[in-house]
Amino acid sequence: MLEVKDLDVFYGGIHALKGINFEINEGEIVTLIGSNGAGKTTILNVISGVVKQKNGDVIFQNEKINNLTTEKIVELGIIHVPEGRRIFTALNVEENLLMGAYLRNDKKEIQEDLENVYELFPRLRERRTQMGGTLSGGEQQMLAIGRALMSKPRLLMLDEPSMGLAPIIVQEIYETIEKLNEERNLTVLLVEQNANLALQVAHQAYVIETGEIVLQGTGRELLGDDRVRKAYLGEE
Amino acid sequence: MGNLIDVLIKLSIATVILYFVIKILSKGFDKITDMIVAMDKEKNRKLIYLIVGILLVLPFLLSRYPYILRTSIMAIMYVVLALSLNFVLGFAGQLSMGHAAFYGIGAYVTALLMVNFNVPFLLAFIASAIVAGIFGFLLGVPTLRLKGDYLAITTIGFGEILRLVLVNWVEVTRGPAGIPGIPSPSFFGFTINNNIGYYYIILLLAFFTVFVSNRLLNSRLGQGFIAVRDDEIAAEAMGINSTYLKILAFVLGAAIAGMAGSFFATFVHYVNPDNFTYMESVTILCMVVLGGLGSIPGVILGAIVLTVLPEALRGIALYRYAIYGLLLILMMINRPGGMINMDRLKGGRKDENSRGSRSNKVLRRSYSSR
Repeated sequence: MLEVKDLDVFYGGIHALKGINFEINEGEIVTLIGSNGAGKTTILNVISGVVKQKNGDVIFQNEKINNLTTEKIVELGIIHVPEGRRIFTALNVEENLLMGAYLRNDKKEIQEDLENVYELFPRLRERRTQMGGTLSGGEQQMLAIGRALMSKPRLLMLDEPSMGLAPIIVQEIYETIEKLNEERNLTVLLVEQNANLALQVAHQAYVIETGEIVLQGTGRELLGDDRVRKAYLGEE
Repeated sequence: MGNLIDVLIKLSIATVILYFVIKILSKGFDKITDMIVAMDKEKNRKLIYLIVGILLVLPFLLSRYPYILRTSIMAIMYVVLALSLNFVLGFAGQLSMGHAAFYGIGAYVTALLMVNFNVPFLLAFIASAIVAGIFGFLLGVPTLRLKGDYLAITTIGFGEILRLVLVNWVEVTRGPAGIPGIPSPSFFGFTINNNIGYYYIILLLAFFTVFVSNRLLNSRLGQGFIAVRDDEIAAEAMGINSTYLKILAFVLGAAIAGMAGSFFATFVHYVNPDNFTYMESVTILCMVVLGGLGSIPGVILGAIVLTVLPEALRGIALYRYAIYGLLLILMMINRPGGMINMDRLKGGRKDENSRGSRSNKVLRRSYSSR
C-alpha cells in the first residue's frame, strides 16, 4: 500500500534520514521504534508532505506522492496524528472532530462518521460541547485519533500515542488501535518509544537508529530479539 | 515641581477611581456577554432588528447635533476598520501592526482617481478595495514565514514605508501638503453633500463588513481560521491549507480597510500622510484587542468606545490622553480577553448542553487570545 524508497532527508547539514526503505501492506499495523532523535517522526513528516526529502520516493497505491501538498495527501487518505495530540483548544470536541473532515463535502457521511467516532469513544460523546483544552490527556488522545478518523483515512499514522498518558489509558488507546485495524481493516503506521507496547500489536516492525533502519521483522520476532531487548526493553 | 506633584496626585486619584469604575463596568460586560450567549435565535434576530432600526433613524434624531452625528460617522468608520483588522488578527491570528497603511492606500487611490481623473466615486471605491487588497496580498506572501514579534515589526515597517512614500513622492501625492478638494460622492446623479448621507454610506459599509465577518466565521473556512490560529501544525495535518487562509485574511482585511479609506477621503475631502501614521494602526489594534480578539460584537464595541472616549474626554482638556491611556491599561489588566470575550463563557460553564444547542453560532465560535 505504501512504499518508502531510499529516503534521504537533511536538516541543514544534518543527515537526518540515511536511505530509509520500508513497506506497509494493506491492513497491517507497522511500527517504527527507536530512541529520541532517531528520525521516526521525520519519516512521518515526509510521508505527510510536511518535510521534503532530498532523495527517494514515497509511493502510495502505486503512485508517487513525493511532490504533493499535505492537503492532497490527506485527500488521498493518509492522515497524520502529530505527536503531543495537538487538539484545537479553542474549539469544542465536536468542532475538533469536524475539523478532521475539513476537506470532505459529503455531509451525510460526515454525520455517520461522527456517530462512528462517538461509538468508538463514548467519552467524547459525553463531552461533545466541552472545549478541547479542558479534556484530560487521555481524552485528548482519543479526540486526536477521532479527528483523524473523520478524514476517512486509509492509512493512519500515529506519532507517540502513548506519550504522557497513564498506563491504563495507554492500554485503552492501544486496544482501540487494534480494534480499528481488525474491524475496519485500517492500516496503521505507528511510531513509538514505548517499544514493548508497539511490538506487541505490530505485524511488522522496524528499528531505527540515527536515521537508518538497523533491524526489521515481525513484532513478535523483534520482541524476542536480544539486541532489541537490551536496547529498548531495558533487559540485561 | 509643585505642579508636577499636583499632576501626579490628580492622576493617582483618577487611577483609583477608574479602577473601581472598570471593576463595575467589567460586571456589566459579563452580563452583556451572558445575555448574548443565552439568547435564542428568535430573540437574537429581534435584537438585531432593534439595533438596525435605531441605527437607521439615528441621524434624524441627531440632526440638531452635527458634532455628535460626525462623531457617530467616525465611530462607524472605525468599526469597519477594526473589523477589517479582525480578519487578520482575530481570525487568522497574525499580529499586523501596519493596518493604517491599507486604509491610507484606499484613501489615496480614491483621492487621486477622483481629483485627477474625475472617476465616479463607486469606481474609485472599488479600485481602492482592489489596490489595497493587492497590497494585502503583497504583504501577506513574504510575511507568511514570520510569526509574532517578527511579523509585527515587518508590518510596522510596511506601514512606515507607505507613509514615507506618501510624504516623498511629491509629484503624485503632493507630499506632506496632501490632496485637497476631493469631491463628494455621487450616485446616479445624486450628490451626497451632507452628513446624513455620509452616515448611511458608512452604515451600509459597516453592515456589509459585519455580514462578511459573520458569514466567514460560520463557514468551514472560518473554522479553518480558528484551527490555524490555535495550532498550525495540527491544522496542516488535517489538510487545512494554512498558507491560503492566512493570505486570504490579509487580502480581505486590507480590501475592507481600503474601502474605509476610500470613504474617509470623500468624507473629509482632504487626505494627507498624517492621517495614516503608525499611531493610527495602533489605535485600530487597540480597538480589536480591547473589544475582544475575534469576537465580532466585542470589536464593534471596542471601536465605538475608543472613538467616542477621546471625544467625550475633551472636557478635561489636558488630562484627556492621560486618562485615555490609564483606561486602556486598567481595562487590559482587568479584562485581558477584551470587553466581550466569548471564549470565557464558552470554556468554563456548567450548562454544557444548552450551549451545544445555542443558535448563535457567531458568538459561540468567537474566541479570544490566550
